[in-house]
Parts: sequence; structure tokens; C-alpha cells
Amino acid sequence: MEKFTTLTGVAAPLPIINLDTDKIFPAIYLKTIKRTGLSQWLFQEIRFRSDGSENPDFVLNQAPYRNAKILIGADNFGCGSSREHAPWALLDFGIRCVIAPSFADIFYNNCFKNGILPIALPKEIVEELMEDAKKGANAVMTVDLGTQTISRPDGEKLHFELDAFRKHCLLNGLDDIGLTEQKAAEIGAYEEKARLARPWQFGMTQRGA
Amino acid sequence: MAAPRTLFDKIWDDHVIAAQGEGAYLIYIDLHLIHEVTTPQAFEGLKLADRKVRRPDATMAVADHNVPTSDRSRGIDDPDSKLQVDTLERNVKEFGVPYFPVDSINQGIVHIIGPEQGLSQPGMTIVCGDSHTATHGAVGALAFGIGTSEVEHVLATQTLIQAPAKNMLIEVNGGLGTGVSPKDVILAVIGKIGTAGGTGHVFEYAGSTFRDMSMEGRMTVCNMSIEAGARAGLVAPDETTIAYLMGRPYVPKGAAWEQAVAYWRTLPSDPGAKYDKEAHLDAADIAPHVTWGTSPQDVSPITGRVPDPAQVDDSLKRAAMQRSLEYMALSPNTRLVDVPVQRVFIGSCTNSRIEDLRAAAAIAKGRRVAGGVRALVVPGSGLVKHQAEEEGLDRIFLEAGFEWREPGCSMCMSMNADKVMNGERVASTSNRNFEGRQGKNAKTHLMGPAMAAAAAVTGRLTDVRQLG
Repeated sequence: MEKFTTLTGVAAPLPIINLDTDKIFPAIYLKTIKRTGLSQWLFQEIRFRSDGSENPDFVLNQAPYRNAKILIGADNFGCGSSREHAPWALLDFGIRCVIAPSFADIFYNNCFKNGILPIALPKEIVEELMEDAKKGANAVMTVDLGTQTISRPDGEKLHFELDAFRKHCLLNGLDDIGLTEQKAAEIGAYEEKARLARPWQFGMTQRGA
Repeated sequence: MAAPRTLFDKIWDDHVIAAQGEGAYLIYIDLHLIHEVTTPQAFEGLKLADRKVRRPDATMAVADHNVPTSDRSRGIDDPDSKLQVDTLERNVKEFGVPYFPVDSINQGIVHIIGPEQGLSQPGMTIVCGDSHTATHGAVGALAFGIGTSEVEHVLATQTLIQAPAKNMLIEVNGGLGTGVSPKDVILAVIGKIGTAGGTGHVFEYAGSTFRDMSMEGRMTVCNMSIEAGARAGLVAPDETTIAYLMGRPYVPKGAAWEQAVAYWRTLPSDPGAKYDKEAHLDAADIAPHVTWGTSPQDVSPITGRVPDPAQVDDSLKRAAMQRSLEYMALSPNTRLVDVPVQRVFIGSCTNSRIEDLRAAAAIAKGRRVAGGVRALVVPGSGLVKHQAEEEGLDRIFLEAGFEWREPGCSMCMSMNADKVMNGERVASTSNRNFEGRQGKNAKTHLMGPAMAAAAAVTGRLTDVRQLG
């Protein structure tokens, strides 16, 4: 996973509440067995017209926002399905940070597994950032994970909160599985204890019907 | 004396292995269900890192999203769907993971077969790369959906790194009225608290309505917890749960069964346990519901009308409602019972169990699917299909002009060939009415199985209570 330290780029406004993962990445394209190159299907239904041409009204089809690295969203961003294809497609497009008043839990988790930083901020502040993001080429923000600050286009700095563990993993680009494997002894000890307490759960799926 | 704990607290405490940094814990996973859509990249990751599946004996695989629901002897036509199913079959073989093949009577939607086979048991932690994993909470298991990176993490380590959820009590009391189903209960809950009402929380469904509900009804309710933002929803195990599980293929036998039951009986929330949030509903107030928009919270009793965005103050909410109604091609103040449908889908992990099919068949019996309507009945598993055929439900549906299909996810998300045609309106027993989910420009109205059957025979959204 790529480290996330600081990010400077154009922020695109996406003021849609309850933006679901079907809208971010339609189910029909989930048939891929790959996790790369998925940006071609990102926001498919709203980004393209039925003849396949770009919808000029959609923000990411407009000049300064084609290179957006940050999305400013609305409440309950990423609700719905658990599909990690949604963050994979965002990442493939170049989005490394999403700022919204609230996120759906699974999408929020999935972002961290892919080097994307989701930032939850109070609604009034996100509304101000949404206005900033409407400034086109001037909608440049800097996100500094180390200091947990967002620099607005006018230079004002905003603080954001984040779990220490998630911050640590993202800053260092750590692989979760590798970290967990360092706890092999604890996992083994837990399994021995669980085998005594709940023996019927062991060997279960292989025992067969 | 220890503080009183909720059902969720007890399962959580029994599964914490170690703290994993501030606010994060390593928890153990008892059962990992996998399907073809969200696992190929996870197995690829294991191969690249030369890792094994730690507990194949706690893992079960099935293909459900891409499988055809028509004649399966011809295989899968769509090359991408076929590749995904073939990839799963290759991976389970290579990694030694138990698998229900597509031609097995045990095959079905992953969330149907877990409880049906007795794999899903009280007190377990259960995960699957699928947000409707909450379904298994009906047996009193902590069951939630995860992304593909987490699928890989569980395959490799049988653990997950999680922050503890908060507890939210959803209490409903009283008997359900005639024609009111568990689907209506959960739609009413989502309508009340909103699609983000449960974010960060695990629901515990309590009160006499759930106590008196069958296991299958509880599964319908828990299934849609995610549509209210909660990753998991639980019902405390009780005599109904134990009676349901007894004798199922994967539950323990003999002395081990007694030991398991004794453990399960310790799980219900202690008296005085605290919840971070609560919502209370009265069953007597719940009518048959349908959705009118493109979020599950866009829901109304069938006796209602399409809402008017002009009445909404918040600008983003108004914009969302306008967009919804434009997509759904509905005018404000239209009576819901005046909305015509061209398609009906009875199936999905929400409503494809035997009780659902019985409820739909009771309405279909002696009636005909209305002209211009195509109606599909897709059982949730091979076993459900077999039982329905034993009971003659297939004959009732076929004689009424419904199509009777092979089990799978089907038109809920249209990854197989079962698609709603461009712009058609569908009465659907599935769980999401998102734009484009059931097909391009498909206009989805969510409802219970009897309501969907009623829409099929009248050709419009219908109050099932009017059909008698």
C-alpha cells in the first residue's frame, strides 16, 4: 500500500447525500477479477451518457477536476455494498482523500486498506470546503496526515481527528496482514482456548453434512 | 459484580485476541463465508505473498451472484461471469476450502445457506465479503460484511482488526396486522431512523414482535440492517433459534449439541444492559410498506402518496428527492397504489426462503399475472426450491404465469442474465432500490413477498390487504 503523508491537489465538489457504492461503481462491472484499471467504470451512470459519451455536467468531466485528488462529499458517503471496487476505482482515478460529514462504515474501512484517507468533519465545515471546491483550478487544498491538518485555498488550516492506529498504518503504508502475523503467538493461544470453550466450531465446515 | 452486558458485548468480549493499537482490536472470526465476486483479488493476494488459508475448516464457499437461474446444464454464457465462477472453483481447490458446487442441491445464496445448513450459529463471529452478511445475526451471531482486503486478512489469519461498535436497541412490540410481514417491519425501521441511523452501531432487535417472529422473518429483518447503516443486527438466541437449528447438517450432535446449547443460553443481553441509542416502534402502527425513491429510507405505507420535494427544507435532501423522483419517473402526490409495474422479482437474500414463497404463492393461487407484466420467482437455495416443489408452490406460480427459476442472487443486482429492461418498473422483494442496481434505468420499488405477488396479479403497486 502506498504511504499517505501529504497530498496537494484539486478538490472536486460532489454534494450528493447517501452516495451509494452502486453509484460509485455499478454492480455489473463487479465481474472483474482484477483490482486495477477500474476507473473506467467509476461513477458510470452519472459520468457517462447512454451513448457512452461523457456527461459534461458531471464534475469529474470538467477541466480542472479531471485531475482531482480530493473529493468533498455529503452525508453518509459510500453507503450500501461492501464492494472494495469503489475505493479501487477512486484510487485508480487519482482520488486519495475524501472529505464528508459522515461515511458508511464498510466504505470507510475499505479506504484505509488502499491508501485513501477519508476525513469526517462537522457539516458546517464541509459546507465551507464544498464552496472552496467550487473554485475550479483554484480549489487546491493540502492534506497533511502527520499534523492532521487541511489547508484551504486561502491558507487557513483546519484540524481533523483520526484513530491513532489508522493514522500509523496509513503514514507508513503498512500491510495489515503483515502486522497481524506478528501476533501469531497470541492468535495461536486464543485458538487453543477457543478449542476448549467451543470445540464444536473446530473442523466444522470440513466435517460436512 | 460485573456490569450488565449486551448480546453484542458478550460476543465481542469472547472474540478479542489482543489490543492492536489505540481504538483497534484484533478479533477472532469463527466462520468465513465466501462467494465468487469479492474473493478473486483476495486469493490473488494470498498467492503473491505465498500465504495459506489458516482455517479452511472455518470457511465455506459458494457461487451465487453470477449463476444462471435458467437451465444450468448449458453452463454460463457470459464469459466474465463464467471466469469469476471458474476462478472461485480453482481457488477453493488450490487452497482446500469446502465448497457447494453450482450443481449441488446445497447451492444457493450465501446468506440463505448459512443458517439453512446450520453453519451460522449463536455467539459466532461471521464475516463475508458482502454487506448483507448481517442476515446471520438472526441466529444471534455477530455477522457483518467486509471488503476484499479484509477477506484476504481473514483467509490468511482468521482474524480482523476492528474498532468496537456501539449498541443500538431496536424495540418493536405487539402483533403484526393481517398482510404485514417482517419486511414491512424493517422497512418501517429504516424509514424511521434513516439510512445512516445505525452507522457505527450494531442493532439488537428486541421486543415481543421479534420474539414472536419466525427465524426466517428475523433473517429478513437482520438482512436489511445495513440499509439503516448498521453493519450488523442481532436477535438474541431463544427457544425458536434452538428449535430452528436442531438437526441441521453442520450443527454439533450429541453431547456437543448440549454443550453448544448451554453456551448459547448465556448470550442474551443481561437485564439492565446499556444501549448507546434506542428506537422504539409499535407493531400496530406498521402497515405494508413500499419504497418510492432510490434509497431504502424513501419508504411509505402503501396507503400513502409520493412525497413532494417542495415540502423539504434542507437543500441537499430536496435535491436528492428531486433526483430520485426524476429517476423513478414519479410525480409528487401520486397515490402509490396508482403506480403501474412491468416486472416483479420475488427472491434475494432478503426474501427467498420457504415462508416468503408460501406468502407469495398464497396471493398467486387462483389468480393470473397481469397482462404486460413479467414475474420471476427465484428460490434462495436448492433446498428451498426442492421444498417448495414438494409443497406444490411451483405449480401455483407456474399456473398463475410466474416464472419458476433456479436459485441465486438473480435480479437483486443483475450480475447474471436476469435484468430489468431499460426503464422498466419493478416490484421487488430485494433490499436496495439504488439507481441502476437491477438494470439500466430500472425503477425499483422494494416490498415484501405477498405485496410483490399482489403487484404481479394487478399490474400495479397494491395493498395486499385489499386482495383478501
